[in-house]
Amino acid sequence: MSGFPRGATAIIGAATHGIGKAPGFESADLAAIAASRALAEAGLAASDIDGLFVCHPTDTMSGLSFAQYLGIHPKITENNRTGGSAFELYVEMAALALDAGVIDAALIAYGSNQSTATGKLISTSGPNAYEAPYKPLNPVSSYALAAQRYMHEYGATKRHLAEVAVAARKWAQLNPEAVKRDDLTIEEVVEARMISDPLGKLDCCLVTDGAAAIVMTRADRARDLAAKPVYVLGAAGATTHRDIACMPDLTRTAAADAAARAYQAAKVGPSDIDVVELYDAFTINTILMLEDLGFCPKGEGARFVEDGAIAPGGRLPVNTNGGGLSCVHPGMYGLFTLVEAVRQLRGEAGARQVDGATLALAHGNGGVLSSQAVAVLGTDAAL
Amino acid sequence: MSETGPDAAFQAHLKSGRFMIQRGRASGRYVFYPRAIEPGTGADDLEWVEASGRGTVYSTTVVRKRPPEPSYNVALIDLEEGPRMMSRVESVAAEDVQIGMQVRARIIVEDERAYVVFDPAGGAA
Repeated sequence: MSGFPRGATAIIGAATHGIGKAPGFESADLAAIAASRALAEAGLAASDIDGLFVCHPTDTMSGLSFAQYLGIHPKITENNRTGGSAFELYVEMAALALDAGVIDAALIAYGSNQSTATGKLISTSGPNAYEAPYKPLNPVSSYALAAQRYMHEYGATKRHLAEVAVAARKWAQLNPEAVKRDDLTIEEVVEARMISDPLGKLDCCLVTDGAAAIVMTRADRARDLAAKPVYVLGAAGATTHRDIACMPDLTRTAAADAAARAYQAAKVGPSDIDVVELYDAFTINTILMLEDLGFCPKGEGARFVEDGAIAPGGRLPVNTNGGGLSCVHPGMYGLFTLVEAVRQLRGEAGARQVDGATLALAHGNGGVLSSQAVAVLGTDAAL
Repeated sequence: MSETGPDAAFQAHLKSGRFMIQRGRASGRYVFYPRAIEPGTGADDLEWVEASGRGTVYSTTVVRKRPPEPSYNVALIDLEEGPRMMSRVESVAAEDVQIGMQVRARIIVEDERAYVVFDPAGGAA
C-alpha cells in the first residue's frame, strides 16, 4: 500500500449559493442548488454521482435524505458528522474511494438556512452532563477557555485577536459574496461587547445562511471534464476530544497531526503553500492554526498576524474570501474553505486573487477544536 | 457487584457528600468523567476513590450576561490526581479567577442533580 493517492483525483466543480440570507428555502434546497451549479461546472448530471458525501445542520440521516432529494442511488453514502471539519474528511474519503475504483464521481454538499430559520448557530449535539451544570455558552466559552490559556502561556493580547478579525474583513471587502464588508478597526474589535472572556462579539464568526458543493472525479477523467482541474494532493484528519475539558493541551490542536500527514502525502511543506483557507470560527482559531499548520512555531502565531501580515498585501494570504468571521458561516464552514481554495487555484478570485497560486491548503475545524482536517490542493503545475 | 452505571454512581456519591473519581486498578491512573472502562487501555477495572478536592485553575472565562442577569465564571480545573474537569470558581468575582489559582472542591445540589464547584483554597479573596 502506498498511502494517500497523491494527485489521483481532482475537484472539477465548486459552487456556493445563498450566502447571507436565503429566506423561503430549506437547508436541503440551498445545498441542492449549490450542487446543481457544481455539477454544471463539471459537466455532469446528478445521475452521474455514485458517491454522495453530505451534511445537514439538523438531519442526521442527511445522506439518505439528500440522495432522495437528488433522485440518485449512490454506491457510497456518507454523512460523517465531525462538525465543520467533515468536508475535508469527505475529500479524503472520496479520494480513496475514487482511486480504488469503487466510485467514479463524488458530490460533497452542505447547506444551511440557520440564520433565517433561527438567527443563531444551530447545535447538532446535546450538552455533556459534566459540562451542563456550569452553563458554558458553547461553543464560544470553549474557544474562550482556549484563548485565555493561549494568552496566559504566550503573552498574546486582545489586539492580536483583533488583527485576525480586521485581516478577514479586509479580504471580505475584496469579495462581492462576503456578508460583512464595512470598515473595521482593531479598536472596534477590542471594544466590542464581551461574550465570554476574552472573546467579544467581533471575535466570533458570523451567523448566516449558505450552501456549497464540490464535485470530484479521477484525474484522468477530470482532464476531459474541467477546463482547470484542481488536484487533491493530500488530505488527512485527526481528533483529540469532543468536550473542551478533555482536550489535552488547549494551545495545541490535532491540526498539527493532520497537517503533517497531509503535507507528507502531498510531498510539500507549509513554505510551499501559496494560499491558506483555514476555519476561523473564532479569532483564536486563526492564530492556533497558523502554528499547528506549520506556518510559524508554537507561541508565535499572535506576533505572526501583527501589522496586517495575513491581510491583503501581507506576507501570507489567509482566508481570502473573508473567512467565517466576515464572509459566511452557516453553522459548518469547512466546505467553503475548499471552494475558496479551488477558486484561487483556478484564478477566478477577482480582486482578491493571489497571483500565480498553484498550491492551496483548505482546513476544517469541528466541535470545540475537537476535529481537525486538512486538504492540500494544487493546479497541474503542482503535480 | 453494583449494577449502577458510572454516572448514577458518581451522582449517588456526590449526594452522600463525597466527591469520588475513578482509578484503574492495574494502571493506577485517575479518570474523570466517569466511564464504564478506562480510556486508553480499555481496561474494565475502574474503582471509585475519593478525590482530594484540591485543584488548580487551568483556564477560566466569564460568561457575560446582560444586566440585571449576573455574569458568571466557567473554569477548567486540573485536579491534583491528574484529570481535568469543567466547573466554576465561586466566593470570588467571576473576572478575578486566575489561571494557576489553587482551589478546593465543594459539592452543591441543584434541581435534583449534585455537582462540584470550587472555591479559592485560601478562602475568599
